Amino acid sequence: MRIALFVTCLADTLFPEAAKATVRLLERLGHQVLFPEEQTCCGQMHVNTGYPDDALRLVRRHVRTFAPYDVVVAPSGSCVGSVRHQHAMVARRAGDERLASLAEEVARHTYELSELLVDVLGVTDVGAYYPHRVTYHPTCHSLRMIRVGDRPLRLLREVRGLDLVELPQAEQCCGFGGTFAVKNADTSTAMLADKMRHVLATRADVCTAGDASCLMHIGGGLSRLRAGVRTVHLAEILASTEAGRAGERTGRTEGVAR
Amino acid sequence: MTETFLGMPATAPAGVGNLRGDEPFPVAARRALADAQLRRNLRHATGTIRAKSAAVIGEVPDWPELRAAGRAIKSDTMARLPELLEQLEAAVTAAGGTVHWATDAVEANRIVTDLVRATGADRVMKVKSMATQEIGLNEALEAAGIEPVETDLAELIVQLGRDRPSHILVPAIHRNRAEIREVFLREMPGVDPALTDEPAALAAAARRHLRATFLSTKVAVSGANFAVAETGTLAVVESEGNGRMCLTLPETLITVMGIEKVIPTWDDLGVFLQLLPRASTGERMNPYTSMWTGVTPGDGPQQVHLVLLDNGRSAVLADEVGRQALHCIRCSACLNVCPVYERTGGHAYGSVYPGPIGAVLSPQLTGVEENASLPYASSLCGACFDACPVMIDIPSVLVHLRARHVAEQRAARRTPSAEAVAMAAAAYTMDHPRLYAAAQRAAGLGRIAGRALPPPLNGWTASRDVPAAPPQTFRQWWSERSRS
Ligand code: SF4
Repeated sequence: MRIALFVTCLADTLFPEAAKATVRLLERLGHQVLFPEEQTCCGQMHVNTGYPDDALRLVRRHVRTFAPYDVVVAPSGSCVGSVRHQHAMVARRAGDERLASLAEEVARHTYELSELLVDVLGVTDVGAYYPHRVTYHPTCHSLRMIRVGDRPLRLLREVRGLDLVELPQAEQCCGFGGTFAVKNADTSTAMLADKMRHVLATRADVCTAGDASCLMHIGGGLSRLRAGVRTVHLAEILASTEAGRAGERTGRTEGVAR
Repeated sequence: MTETFLGMPATAPAGVGNLRGDEPFPVAARRALADAQLRRNLRHATGTIRAKSAAVIGEVPDWPELRAAGRAIKSDTMARLPELLEQLEAAVTAAGGTVHWATDAVEANRIVTDLVRATGADRVMKVKSMATQEIGLNEALEAAGIEPVETDLAELIVQLGRDRPSHILVPAIHRNRAEIREVFLREMPGVDPALTDEPAALAAAARRHLRATFLSTKVAVSGANFAVAETGTLAVVESEGNGRMCLTLPETLITVMGIEKVIPTWDDLGVFLQLLPRASTGERMNPYTSMWTGVTPGDGPQQVHLVLLDNGRSAVLADEVGRQALHCIRCSACLNVCPVYERTGGHAYGSVYPGPIGAVLSPQLTGVEENASLPYASSLCGACFDACPVMIDIPSVLVHLRARHVAEQRAARRTPSAEAVAMAAAAYTMDHPRLYAAAQRAAGLGRIAGRALPPPLNGWTASRDVPAAPPQTFRQWWSERSRS
């Protein structure tokens, strides 16, 4: 299958390993990955901060970029949520009905990685090997905005060598929330503290999720604690194989700058 | 859509009532976050209610259909609110009640004060009511020399403690029982000095205190959970029975009700009486449901008044996206699941309506600029939307109100805010892939002084650790790879 990668601005800039892993994984499964280079950002930050008018040009760009493809994938529940639930709204708000219906069309063919694997490609065993104790944080937007449900867990359960441990109060928000973490930094920090407490209680080596943004938040906190728990994007775990010893290529979030 | 136009309905007036805080949310929240006892009380209480509620909701196989029905009834109601209110007025009047219309808090307080004065009473007993909290009725009555006595246990705790309520349903949720015992010992006349902090002992003390009030007070003031337009029936649901005492014992009963509480038919009530108790207290059925229709000669209050309160609600109704906040049945489920509320408590919201619903309702009632920090008091995690028994899309309304705030700022300021400039610049850069890639590369190679990140992440460096930028962006990796 020909699959267009919507890399998301965050993965492109700060977490390229998650995006590279997405490419390696899909190619290993026998698919062709395309990267439309005119893409930049879905505009979610603009919408969520109150700037839908500025987001409009990014929605236009996103729709123009991805309309020609039949299947689009992103390693981010949050950005897929933005495409599905905000793009048409932003277009309608600006009175552009044509753009709105195109956006809806693009949204119909845009999948979060675990959705693509399980629903479209019909695999749960992707042939991965990852010999670590792992806990999974479901992230609010994956969980409630696009409802990926247990798809990531079904994928993780098939990974050889992986010891999956349940995260207490997994469904509670980690406190990231984009600009929330800046405008309400103290509350955000209090939420993060509880999330980290729960992650540490699992005694896992690795905390994974389908959203680089939440992992950036949780990973930033954990590294400050020198807690010895790494955050690794779901795509990197699924892309790891015994042959690749890909454990060495993951876990870049340890290098957190002050 | 949200531009002001002539004849725009008025928002709730300043200087009266309890819809505005003295501080922006982040400032008030900081103090609450530092209070470890408060956080423990809240974590315990919300956790308990959440678990109880989830269990009893799990028993109802058609819960999704019930929620959809609740939402449908509310949208229908909002679409023909004026007509239903007139129908309600006619039905209440025909049943022997008197209907008053109050544009805002000032007018409502005046109407109620005049009605109490006309009875000659200098004390009223109160059924727990959000509407009277909203308009600051107790303060207005006290100013007129009338003593209001709260009869709901939690409201009584708040009143005796000269405190403010912090939760819609459990106004003293921020207090534990040791603290409640102290308040009673200090403030309750004639209380047994050997009072323990056992819940039963505390309840018994409150009961003794309230009995005297019930039997000697001639006027009661209540709110209403629902008002049925077709029959003129008002309904109050509660779990202690104190409300029912107030609704049946006095000679005069005055009800203050937000205009959005009307529902079309008696059958509709059935839907909400199933949704409300399970979503709010985690009970299958609330212990007391009191309903009254006008006056019944020789039985119950012989003077029945209904004050229909606007206080900004017409302005909310005028906003296509925001109006769904008026669907709220004040069950408080959204508070109990909200991670922000759980950590900051209700006082940080500065309004009688705290938590997620408060964050969308208060700014609309007062005008967004008077409560501009509230729409941002959410991580948009969506738990409130999932919990709401009438399916109010609170996250979408929050985002919509943020846009209203930005638009109003833009209209009011001569020069755009730093945030607006940064957002516009980020959008421009991101709409030009080559500029965007250059900004990414600059960050990646550490060419920008300090730890500045390319848009859209530059806002971050203010208060968070950020990951070190990788040596190569994905984009660079991809183009190298396709070249080789
Ligand atoms: S918004 Fe929904 S969940 Fe929150 S109090 Fe109102 S009805 Fe309940």
